[in-house]
Amino acid sequence: MARTITFQQAINEALASELERDNTVVVLGEDVVGGAGAPGDDDAWGGVLGVTKGLWGKAPGRVIDTPISESAFIGAAVGAASSGLRPVVELMFVDFMGVCFDQIYNQAAKFRYMFGGKAVTPVVVRTMWGAGIRAASQHSQALYPLFTHVPGLKVVVPSNPYDAKGLLIEAIRDDDPVIFFENKVLYAMEGDVPEESYAIPFGEANIVREGGDVTVVAIGRQVSLAQEAAERLAADGIECEIVDPRTTSPLDEGTIFESVETTGRLVVADEANPRCGLASDIAARVAEECFDSLQAAPKMVTAPHTPVPFSPALEDLYVPSAGRIEEAVREVAGGVKAAAT
Amino acid sequence: MSGPEPPPGAAKLGMPKWGLSMTEGKLLDWLVEEGAELAVGDEVAEVETEKISGVVEAPAAGVLRRRVAEEEQVIPVGGLLGVIAGAEVSDEDIDRYVADFEASFVPGEEGAEGAGPQPETVEVAAGALRVLEQGEGDEVIVLLHGFGGDLGNWMFNTEALAGGRRVLAIDLPGHGGSTKDVGAGDLDALTDAVTQVLDARGVERAHLAGHSMGGLVAAELAVRAPDRVASLALIAPVGFGEEINAEYIDGFIAARTRRELKPVLALLFSDPGLITRQLVDDVLRYKRLDGVDDALGTLASSLFPRGRQARMIAPELGDAGMPVLVVWGAEDRVLPASGAERAPAGARVEVLEGRGHSPHMEAAGDVNRLLEEFVAGARV
Repeated sequence: MARTITFQQAINEALASELERDNTVVVLGEDVVGGAGAPGDDDAWGGVLGVTKGLWGKAPGRVIDTPISESAFIGAAVGAASSGLRPVVELMFVDFMGVCFDQIYNQAAKFRYMFGGKAVTPVVVRTMWGAGIRAASQHSQALYPLFTHVPGLKVVVPSNPYDAKGLLIEAIRDDDPVIFFENKVLYAMEGDVPEESYAIPFGEANIVREGGDVTVVAIGRQVSLAQEAAERLAADGIECEIVDPRTTSPLDEGTIFESVETTGRLVVADEANPRCGLASDIAARVAEECFDSLQAAPKMVTAPHTPVPFSPALEDLYVPSAGRIEEAVREVAGGVKAAAT
Repeated sequence: MSGPEPPPGAAKLGMPKWGLSMTEGKLLDWLVEEGAELAVGDEVAEVETEKISGVVEAPAAGVLRRRVAEEEQVIPVGGLLGVIAGAEVSDEDIDRYVADFEASFVPGEEGAEGAGPQPETVEVAAGALRVLEQGEGDEVIVLLHGFGGDLGNWMFNTEALAGGRRVLAIDLPGHGGSTKDVGAGDLDALTDAVTQVLDARGVERAHLAGHSMGGLVAAELAVRAPDRVASLALIAPVGFGEEINAEYIDGFIAARTRRELKPVLALLFSDPGLITRQLVDDVLRYKRLDGVDDALGTLASSLFPRGRQARMIAPELGDAGMPVLVVWGAEDRVLPASGAERAPAGARVEVLEGRGHSPHMEAAGDVNRLLEEFVAGARV
C-alpha cells in the first residue's frame, strides 16, 4: 500500500528492494557505506546526504565504499556490468563527470553496438544535479543534456518520489547503461509511494496536469515549479497541460506532439543552460513535427548561459522560477489574455 | 459534521465523498433547474472528481429551492451544492441557512484524505489481503470487484450501503493492495481467499455482491457454502455464458502505457467520458507493481482460456437456495447482457438500458437502490 515518504527514501527503497531481489546487484561509490573508515553497521553515513544509509546492513559485501577516484570506480562499475553484475554506482555530483566520461560515453555506451549486440552493460550511474544549495558552479550543474546527446545511454530525470522509485528499479533491471539524475533540492520532497516494488517504463511521459491552452514540458525539478505556475494561471483562465518526460533518452516525443497539436502552444522549462539543452531540443522537434499546429513561437525557460553563480542572490535568479514559467505561458498564450498578478 | 443543520423541512444537497482519496469535486452541470420538483434519487447534478465523474442524487423529496454552487466551481467534500425543501419552508429560512453554512463550514473534516474508514490488511492463508470495512450492524454485505479492479471500484456504493449494516469490500488476491501471489490462480484460490477473510472477520453469513469476475467468485462461494450466503447479487457476472470480449482481458494485461490502457478502460463504461487522467494513472500504478502481470496472466488463463469463459455457473444457482439478483448494463461491451437470460428461475433480473459493464459506477444510484431493496427483501 502507498504511504508518504520522501524522494530520498524512495531512492533508498528502490536500491534496498533490488539488492534483495537480485544478488548480482551491487552498490558502489564514495562513502555509500560508512565513509571515513566507518565499519558500515554503525555510524554509517550512507553517502554524502545519507541516501544509501542502511543498505550495507541489508546486503553486506554488495555495498562498497570506493576511493576518491571517479575514473577508477566508474570504470570498475562498467567493467563489472559487462561481466555479469548489475552495479549501481554513485557519481556524487554530476559535475565530476569530467574525469570519468570516457568510461561512460566511449565505453559503456558503445559495447552493445561494437560487439554486435552480444554484450550488454547493465550499469546505473546515480548522480546529483541542480542548483539551489549554495554549492557553487562545480557542484550545481544540470548536465543531463550532455548525456542525452550520446546514443547508447539512457537518461532519467525524475521529478517526484513515486517516479524516482519506479524509474530507478527500471534502470537497475534495464540491460543498457542508465544515467540517473537526482535533484538534491527534491530529496526532501514527499509523495505517495507504494511499499511494493514497481517499475516505470522508460520513454513514457507523465501528463501531470491536463489543460487545453498551453503545453508546458518540464524537466525534473521544473515540474513542480510548472505546477505552481499552472495553478496561478488557471485562476486567470489559462489552462496548462504539463508534460513530464521522465526520461530524456528515450524521449516520449509522441505525447509531447499530441499535446501541442491540441494546444498549439509550447513552453519548455529546463534548468540546463539554453544552448543545446533539452529545451532547445524539444522546441526544435516540435517546430519540425508540429509546425502547422503552432499558433505561437515555442518559448524556452532555462538558466542563463553562465556557470551557476556562488552569490546567493544571483543563484536564486539563475534557476528558472514558477514566476518565469508563468510569464512565458502568458506570452505564448497571447489572445488568452489575463489579469496582472 | 461541519456546517449548520438545515431548517426543518429542508435538506442539504452536499458534495458527496466518493472513495478514499476524494477531498473535493467540481460541479460540472446542474441537471435540473431551480424550482424543480424532486423525488428521492432524482439526478440533480453532475460532479467530476480527480478520478471519475458521477451524478449527485436528491437525498430528499422536495423542490430544489437554491442552486448554491455554480457550474465549474470546485467544492470540498461536505460543501453545499444546493438546498431542497418543501413549499412550507420560507425563503428567509433557506437564505439564512445558506448564509450560516457559508460562514461556518470548515472544509476538510469530512473530506480530508485520511478521514473516514481506512482499508486494513488481513493476514489469511491466501496471504495479506486488503479490506475496507464500513458501517455497523448484525447484517454484513461483502463486495467483490472484477478482473483488474479493486475495492475502490465500489466508491459510489460502499457508503450508501453501510446504513445499519457492515459493508466489507475486499481486494481479491492479485489485485489492489492485496498479495500479488494468486497461488494456483484459479477460481478455487479466489473463493478460498474470500472464505478466509469472512472467517478472519467473524462473518458467519453474509450477503454477497460481486461484479464481473467477482460475481463468479460470489456465485462459486454460494454454490459451495450456501449456508453462509444470505443472498447473491451479481452485477454483469462471469459464469453466465461463454462469450467474453478478449480485447478487454488481453488489452488490460498487455497495456503498458496510458495511451494503450485508456481505450481498454473505455470498454468498461457506456460513456468513455467518465474516464479521467487520474483513473487511468491509478490503474497503471497498480499494473506496474511487481507480480501483477503474472497474477493477471495466471487468472486469465484459468478463468478465460482461449478467450472464452471456462466456468458456467448460472445453471447451478437455482439449487443453491438463496435469493439471486442479476443486474446487467444493456450496452455491456465486455460480457454481453444476453447472459442475464441465463439467470436461474426465480431470480430478479434488471437490465439497465444505456449502461455498460460497470453499472455500479455509472448508474450508482440505481444499483444502490436495487441492492438495498434486494438485501432488505432477502432478510429474515
